[in-house]
Amino acid sequence: MPKLITQVGCPYCGASCDDLEVLVSDDGKKILETRNACVIGSEIFHHATNPNRLKKPRLRQPDGSFKEIEYEEAIDYTAKALLNAKKPLIYGFGSTNCEGISAVGRVAEKAGAVLDNCASICHGPSFLAIFDNGYPSCTLGEVKNRADVIVFWGCNPMHAHPRHTSRYSIFPRGFFTSRGQMHRTVICVDPRETDTAKLADMHLMVKQGHDYDLFNAFRTVLRGHKIPEEVAGIERAKILEVAEKMRNGRFVMIFFGMGCTHTDGRNHNVDIAISLTRDLNDHTKASIMAMRGHYNIAGPGQVWSWQFGFPYCVDLSKGTHAHMNPGETSSIDLAMRDEIDCFVNVGTDAGAHFPIDAVKHLKKHPFITVDPNICMASEISDLHIPVRIVGVEEPGVVYRMDNVPIQFKKVIDGPESVPSDEELFDRIYVRICELTQTEPIWVHGKAPVPASTSRVK
Amino acid sequence: MAELLIKNGFVVDPSQKMNGDVADIAIRDGTIVEKVGSDAKVIDAKGKVVMPGGVDIHAHVAGPKVNAGRLMRPEDKLFKSPNAQEHYRVEMGFSIPSTFKTGYDYARMGYAFVMEAAMPPLHSPHVHEEIHDTPIIDEAALPVFANNWFVMEYLKKEEIENTAAYVAWLLSATKGYGIKLVNPGGTAAWAWGLNCLSIDDPVPFYDITPAEIIAGLIKTNEYLGLPHSIHIHQNSLGVPGNYKVTLDSLKIAEGVKANNKFDREQVMHSTHIQFHSYGGDSWANFESKAKEVMDYVNTHRNITVDLGCVTLDETTTMTADGPFEHHLNSLNHLKWANTDVELETAAGVVPYVYDKDIKVCGIQWAIGLELGLYAKDPSRTFITTDHPNAGPFTRYPRVIKWLMSQKAREATLDSLKYCSKVIDATDLHGIDTERTLYEIAQMTRTGPAKALGLSHVYGGLGPGLDANVAVYDLDLNNMPTDPEEIEKAFSRALWFVKSGQVVVKDGEITHHGNKRTVWVHAKVRENHQVTRDIQDKFLKNYTLGIGNYPVWDHLAPNPYVIEVDGEA
Repeated sequence: MPKLITQVGCPYCGASCDDLEVLVSDDGKKILETRNACVIGSEIFHHATNPNRLKKPRLRQPDGSFKEIEYEEAIDYTAKALLNAKKPLIYGFGSTNCEGISAVGRVAEKAGAVLDNCASICHGPSFLAIFDNGYPSCTLGEVKNRADVIVFWGCNPMHAHPRHTSRYSIFPRGFFTSRGQMHRTVICVDPRETDTAKLADMHLMVKQGHDYDLFNAFRTVLRGHKIPEEVAGIERAKILEVAEKMRNGRFVMIFFGMGCTHTDGRNHNVDIAISLTRDLNDHTKASIMAMRGHYNIAGPGQVWSWQFGFPYCVDLSKGTHAHMNPGETSSIDLAMRDEIDCFVNVGTDAGAHFPIDAVKHLKKHPFITVDPNICMASEISDLHIPVRIVGVEEPGVVYRMDNVPIQFKKVIDGPESVPSDEELFDRIYVRICELTQTEPIWVHGKAPVPASTSRVK
Repeated sequence: MAELLIKNGFVVDPSQKMNGDVADIAIRDGTIVEKVGSDAKVIDAKGKVVMPGGVDIHAHVAGPKVNAGRLMRPEDKLFKSPNAQEHYRVEMGFSIPSTFKTGYDYARMGYAFVMEAAMPPLHSPHVHEEIHDTPIIDEAALPVFANNWFVMEYLKKEEIENTAAYVAWLLSATKGYGIKLVNPGGTAAWAWGLNCLSIDDPVPFYDITPAEIIAGLIKTNEYLGLPHSIHIHQNSLGVPGNYKVTLDSLKIAEGVKANNKFDREQVMHSTHIQFHSYGGDSWANFESKAKEVMDYVNTHRNITVDLGCVTLDETTTMTADGPFEHHLNSLNHLKWANTDVELETAAGVVPYVYDKDIKVCGIQWAIGLELGLYAKDPSRTFITTDHPNAGPFTRYPRVIKWLMSQKAREATLDSLKYCSKVIDATDLHGIDTERTLYEIAQMTRTGPAKALGLSHVYGGLGPGLDANVAVYDLDLNNMPTDPEEIEKAFSRALWFVKSGQVVVKDGEITHHGNKRTVWVHAKVRENHQVTRDIQDKFLKNYTLGIGNYPVWDHLAPNPYVIEVDGEA
């Protein structure tokens, strides 16, 4: 009898839905059907049992081809590459669990590496704004149960977070929002007429690159001052109308995305968005939230904050303490300055996301990809190590975009002998300790594992 | 069989009424025993003070708001982080140290157990992930209940049995320890941007008052017979004139007797009482009401308090009292983080500088110490800084110094810019009480262990207890005349043995110990209504599936579970 597993977490976007239902074959090896998932989430589950799935690491040969090797060899290669490098960079983590992120933290500290995550090319500007101005936010359930004015600024959940609007922000009927969408005023600020904009009650087609001006106009109006007839391509009357909507809302929620962080103003856009939220709290209740991209991209920010004190751009190469200075210790800047002499890409695709010049510099040195799938980074790597897919074959804690931890379960067994990120990096760590003739440090609850054996959970 | 003998120290252990008696402490397999064999490893403690491992009843050391503080404040690391000890993890941060530094620093001070003071239930896996990464010290966490929809709905109808069933379920689901109340009703009001500033302010929509929530949760706690009493952060924290609200809240416990099998006597633990002992009606005429509050506490044996001493540092305030953090932010205009948590609670984080050049900060500093000095029963009055709210826990040795030395207090008083105004607004200048080592041990060991219902594990050196032993560089017969030496001795234990393992030697970490997570499993009768209510709310109002809510066992791999029979 096929088994239906319920309340399954979805390892795709930052909405981190945990209400999926997955029908699994009798032997627990095949996924037959997924329910409740969006089309992308569904694809991730079905992709896991793709017959072309890699089950062994592949090492680049002198002739440019890949050769399958054993995990032992891949672990040894990675350990030595990290040790031989002066400034290795371990980057990624949008798509792995916190257990894996924690294991990588231990490796990076031992190897004196720089640790960075996808926020570096994504919500990094939001971190900069948070460092300066804080982050008055809430969990998504507050939005569902209370929010009656929803602002989507520079984000398009209808495409990027397909179930966000139905689970949290527009459609759901919450405790104090019993009429669902009818209860809410949805405002979209975007230079494009996105599908989210089409869904909104009001669409402010802000002039591209002028988000800061428009935020500023709202603050000015809310503080009782005059504004010009037109700001950022929006008429004064419209701005006044929207400001009034926000002031009269019982619970105003501002979601912002890459349209704020990667347009003119960048961190300043987010900074003033936070200030607007603070101002609104003098009139009513208001909250703000970054639309984080991946299902656990909030995870590395959390894990490294409690381990190293910083959410990203964590330079551990000094050996005695962690150092963070975005611009100096951020992945792209390090790569563009050609300071990195070993690159490990974990659970993301730096090959697709980094500027070509950065990739060219990184390619001069050992370039390793740890990812279940073939991606652009894996195809240009010197070594590609496949791992189990978190949320499908490997359980673990992930942090949703609102920083709520969710314990993702696994639904099928992974391919035999393919380790999880955590197991892989623990073995790399043990190998580094063997090579440096030092004792491994296990802070808590874990017995040392020899590099040559795989741990069975 | 690992045996250890700590020889010839001056043993200060109020649980056995030992006040500096020269004695040996024998340890076998992590437990204190009557005696050990001749080949036990010997630690020579001759001429040094030997105390049980410290017990911290209230600190914010793990979880989402602590981490929000870490994330938002890179400046708390810059030039404030020591270099890592070789072969140990890096140690980052001052007021909100990384988990590694938290564990190491508590161990260096000779602390064995720390209570994380506020766990938002929805975020409990996060709290346990951090506890997991905090080495050496044993930890537990108190889930917050006083603004929880279930609790307010049941208590409005005076359904203690249902409240108890829900509390028992939540403690197990979150691996929590007891019932924490933070600004009862006020934080729920904050979800609409409002607050409850007295215990009779009705909570918007729920139509219940803070007083009813407090009384109901006291009843629930004693109905279940939990090891700890309710642990309350009262309404109106940090507001001039709030001592009246404090006394009103304390009075709710009048006449209630503790019901438990854990040797606990109090029914209410009132935390960081310093923030709740303010007179005046504005910051202009702000003054101490420490005496009024402590007079009440002194005469009511079913109440315990901890101090929440201001240490005059730059720190990071964080509390589930969401409206307070918003208010504080309107005073200092620094950055402000907030998280409202669906159906359960909220939290805020604001950096704060307790500046010696600001009158109010000086008065706050004095109030914390006055409370510690006015206490007639040190075993009901515990030393805390509400870490990191009034100052980081690494300042406990400094607070001990101030409590033990009038000279040290006067020196600090003198260094305040508005010294004479602080003297006018407080009594500290006239108090010549100096706490003894015995009293300090009551305030940091025996007392808090007993209040937590953990005196069978921590806070003493009697046979059968967990072998947590700290040796400090203090000669009882020849105590230092320079109070700085006291602070120095308590900052870095000469030796610290945690569960029978030497983890600190000469103030340096030597081992990662055997850390445990402590929680309570309360057994109650099956309650179909509560089960149905829980399922219903998860279906309709939560954004998380009920199956993904309970904390996985492997997140707390070394559990110490306290079973409570709530049916009895």
